[in-house]
Amino acid sequence: MNVLVFVGIHTLLAIALNLLLGYAGQISLGHAAFFGLGAYSSGILTATYSWNPWLAMLVTASVVASVAFVIGFPILKLKGHYLAMATLGLGIIVYILFNEWVDVTGGPSGFSGIPNLQIGSLIFDTDFKNYYLIWIFVLGCVLLSVNLANSRIGRAFRAIHDAETAARVMGVNARLLKVQVFALSAMICSIAGSLYAHVMTFIAPPSFGFNISIELLTMVVIGGLGSIYGSFLGALLLTTLPEFLRFMNDYDIVFYGGLLMVMTIFMPGGLVRGIPQLFRKIRGSGKDKGNANA
Amino acid sequence: MPMLELNGITQIFGGVTALKDVSFSISEGDITGVIGPNGAGKTTLFNIVTGIYKQTNGKVIFEGKDISGLPAERLAALGMVRTFQNIELFGNMTVLENVMVGLHSRSRSGLFACSFKMPWAIREERTISEEALEWLRFVGIEELAKIEAGNLPFGRGRMLEIARAMACKPRLILMDEPAAGLNSKETLGLAELIRKIRDLGVTVVLVEHDMELVMDICDRIVVLNLGEKLTEGTPREIQENPEVIAAYLGDDE
Repeated sequence: MNVLVFVGIHTLLAIALNLLLGYAGQISLGHAAFFGLGAYSSGILTATYSWNPWLAMLVTASVVASVAFVIGFPILKLKGHYLAMATLGLGIIVYILFNEWVDVTGGPSGFSGIPNLQIGSLIFDTDFKNYYLIWIFVLGCVLLSVNLANSRIGRAFRAIHDAETAARVMGVNARLLKVQVFALSAMICSIAGSLYAHVMTFIAPPSFGFNISIELLTMVVIGGLGSIYGSFLGALLLTTLPEFLRFMNDYDIVFYGGLLMVMTIFMPGGLVRGIPQLFRKIRGSGKDKGNANA
Repeated sequence: MPMLELNGITQIFGGVTALKDVSFSISEGDITGVIGPNGAGKTTLFNIVTGIYKQTNGKVIFEGKDISGLPAERLAALGMVRTFQNIELFGNMTVLENVMVGLHSRSRSGLFACSFKMPWAIREERTISEEALEWLRFVGIEELAKIEAGNLPFGRGRMLEIARAMACKPRLILMDEPAAGLNSKETLGLAELIRKIRDLGVTVVLVEHDMELVMDICDRIVVLNLGEKLTEGTPREIQENPEVIAAYLGDDE
């Protein structure tokens, strides 16, 4: 059950990054920062200042989105490698903040005593209850993201991704839309962070470090860039895989790395496009190329 | 009042003067050709007019409004749109979706209305796809609507680019070498399409190397050479102009 809670949280994060990277074509190597900001802000507001957790989640999400919006303007002027470096820097700065601001965050030893979420007398304090809580959020996020992806705004994102100058000539305000999707993406990560904090009741900096940003990126790519359902598949695979590989002890990382290489070589479109293609090949009717859009 | 007026456009890249004091105006309803040998500055001029470059000096006036320095994304809503020399399609989107992006400047629904599928967003989405399909029909490629644009043959891609531009409902369309890469049959179709666009009341400006096409469809022609305006006039006047002939064939001094 516990694993499914994490699959849910990772799905939220992967969708957030996919909207930015898979649709609008803007990379971020620092997305764990927004996840961490959500978790720490919710944790501190509820444990230290006794705020209502739902209010804390809402306020945190709005503040994180606003911050992302403001820093998005200078950062998203950058392209390609430069954007990757800038977002990487952002992730590192935030990670250092969690570690060093000991008075507020508890530093490297972590932050504990975060209350569970609660609706009336229903307290989300077991894996079973949290499972439902998280997956309601995931379903909502999938629904809204699919709607967005198939709308004029989603098309504008993809147009920016494919040919930015042409998109601008068609009246797409590329600069503003990039910043908007960055803020939206940060907001989803922040909500995932708040949920994570209340589910775990204890948080520590390593959960929001550089390797987490890379893991998210891997989920998005393995699942399928530009596919919301792909993000779910990617999160599912990369969250459950370590559980199945326990028997390999420390060698699981070898399997993991090998899988990544095989996947990117043989399924460059990700699981969501690769699996249907595989089925078609098995049935021996490789008539035409598969397309998966959602 | 002219549709488009260029006033002393000068563009300097580093130390190179790409355009020097170019002025001319384009009247409403005309098909105007901008011609000149390679390196004459035709594409640079297009990039300035459509807000992709910002000129070093000079003014661009569109329907009486000074649009110098306005960013490209503002011009579609004002009624100006362009196509590209190396067709710039949204390759991972379907043909229909490409044209639907053309309707972006004429639709309103924002991030939230789209995410929550508000009734007006749904209604708008329906209008967008219906109208996009009509533009595909207009250029004659509606049967390709569901195909990914990146898989289109070049000539069809060119038609799609024109459909996408027309979906903006422009009053002025600028085409950068629309006949480049087309075979002679496709070029004939293009000429017919450009006339059809003009008949809708849209003013057309094209940069073109295909002289036969230019002389055939243009009402007026502007000749650029080495970044300066050489002359302008009707196709007949241009054909008989000794300066133009010299510029094209080169003249030994």
